[in-house]
Amino acid sequence: MNNGAEAIERSLKSPVSGKVAVAAYLTAGFPTKEGFLTAARQIAPSVDVLEVGVPFSDPMADGPTIQRTSEIGLKNGVDLRWILESVGELDLNVPVVLMSYLNPLLSFGLRRLLDIAADKGISGFIIPDIPLEESEAISRACDKAGLALIQLVTPTTPTDRMTSLCRASKGFVYAVATTGITGGESASDEPLFEYLEAVKKVSDVPVLAGFGIRSAAQVDRVGAHADGVIVGSALLEAIEQGVAPDQFISGLTGRNA
Amino acid sequence: MTIDDLIGPVQASSHLGDYFEEPIDGWFGEFGGQFVPELLIEPLKRIEKVARECFSDPTFASELETELHTWAGRPTALTHAERLGKRWGADVWLKREDLTHTGAHKINNVAGQIKIAQRIGARHIIAETGAGQHGVATAAACARAGLPCTVYMGEVDVERQQPNVHRMKLFGADVVAVSSGDRTLRSAINETLRHWASDPVNTYYLLGSAVGPHPYPWIVRTIQSVIGRETKSQLAERSVAADVVVACVGGGSNAIGMFHQFVPDKNIRLVGVEAGGLGLDTDQHAVTIGTGRPGVLHGSLSMLLQTDAGQIRETHSISAGLDYPGVGPEHSMLSQTGRASYMSVTDAEALSALKECCELEGILPALESAHALAGAREIAREQPGQTIVVCLSGRGDKDLSTLMSGGTDRE
Repeated sequence: MNNGAEAIERSLKSPVSGKVAVAAYLTAGFPTKEGFLTAARQIAPSVDVLEVGVPFSDPMADGPTIQRTSEIGLKNGVDLRWILESVGELDLNVPVVLMSYLNPLLSFGLRRLLDIAADKGISGFIIPDIPLEESEAISRACDKAGLALIQLVTPTTPTDRMTSLCRASKGFVYAVATTGITGGESASDEPLFEYLEAVKKVSDVPVLAGFGIRSAAQVDRVGAHADGVIVGSALLEAIEQGVAPDQFISGLTGRNA
Repeated sequence: MTIDDLIGPVQASSHLGDYFEEPIDGWFGEFGGQFVPELLIEPLKRIEKVARECFSDPTFASELETELHTWAGRPTALTHAERLGKRWGADVWLKREDLTHTGAHKINNVAGQIKIAQRIGARHIIAETGAGQHGVATAAACARAGLPCTVYMGEVDVERQQPNVHRMKLFGADVVAVSSGDRTLRSAINETLRHWASDPVNTYYLLGSAVGPHPYPWIVRTIQSVIGRETKSQLAERSVAADVVVACVGGGSNAIGMFHQFVPDKNIRLVGVEAGGLGLDTDQHAVTIGTGRPGVLHGSLSMLLQTDAGQIRETHSISAGLDYPGVGPEHSMLSQTGRASYMSVTDAEALSALKECCELEGILPALESAHALAGAREIAREQPGQTIVVCLSGRGDKDLSTLMSGGTDRE
């Protein structure tokens, strides 16, 4: 049986770059359906986890870049059914995690979704608008299906809550590196490092820092205090500017840059 | 379909008796909850804690009462609309929220929440607005409290509610025109939530309707229920026995404020009126309870207008305040339990009711409130001779440009 959590952890513990693990986020259907699949294929060998964003009409935790790419994905006719089919067919040699707001998942039917996702080789889910309090049932269902439900912690999360979130998180913990929305500026160094160290202390699974990760220097600095980084908006902007996604990732991790 | 079918049991209870005072763990029966990014959980918990303290503090209650009385102009009148009643074949009473300071029921909620924000120690108030009434009320309260204020408003609404934009600016608010998404209330809420997530500690999100994550639906309803309390005692003073209480429903704050006190009075029908736009045979409407299905938007599980794939649908209404694809969770519960019923009227029906109210009563209602009037007219037609109380939630001055251009608006 598919065990997504283990696959993710294993992959993150031996990063491709040899230094810091990288999870890359691509919005499904951006810039086109084909363009997205090509980018996923290109990027898979240079990253340790691939996050596939399920476009939603009202992405309240996302900045302008992911708002824009989500809108384009939706215009290109992408929905969960298409994502599950086509990402399954890609048969990538890297764990794939779906990042989605709750409503499209509810609409699809969660039980059906989890069964199909496991069948298609998906390793887990990140659902930014389902807090710990509401996630117990989904978490149980994910466990049963062999899928990882990844929790997010933030710089303003109190310690006891951080401990509960880290305990509940499977595969990795998504440490939001700033207050704000995706694509913004990350917090200044010292408090950020302290916070990441605090998360690592209570987490049994790898800790990945995301939100506002944009440069190689940043990846170096943040990577020294986390098990890895998550890059989304900056990658999508690079694709918009015609940069090959795998080259962008190599540039970030300093590998054959 | 309920969330139970989808993810198994949640902390839910549909016992009407239990719900009446407070939601249980943030749930109104099967609706409500707190579906927000982790960043907003702590601020919401803090707001809930402080709101609880406020609501059980007699000083808060008396200060709020004084503010509503001496600044907002409460109690508002209950007007016997005799000529309108004669035309419709009913005994019609209007609860005159249009007479409040800044012109709509929105001021009640703002007067209460600004005190909660002050007690929390907020340094900056942010708010969304659709028709602009909540934005104007918030800007006015912030001016009075000496707090900076940013109001997010969809570009479409900025265009069709210009007078309110100017009023907000006169009160010193920063008005941000939202160009993302559908450029109406729904996008304005998204943008306000994003702003809040970027500075959750110093900023207080003063939400204007009975929607959003817990504790907002509960806070807004608790404060707005002054409408129903006053109405009830005014009816008693004049020995009027209401058969039906009617209010328009977008997010549903004036309606829940009106209904809440009447929920235990089972002999009184509660009717919410949704915006039928160009008609139910088109997709140009905002009839959420009537045609939607449960889903999660803006932090709560409630009835929702959405596509089969769970994307939020664009809505249409001539009234900016009702042009919203969601609805407060308490209304979804009242509909599900059958305690309240929900109907819809079209743009055209609302406009004709507005004109009747102007011509027969000398009152210009807001386009939103005109939906309640059109609903009442329909109820009177179905069964003549009833005593109908209508929540006239706001005045129509803001809608003059829409009315003068023949009642057409966007696009």
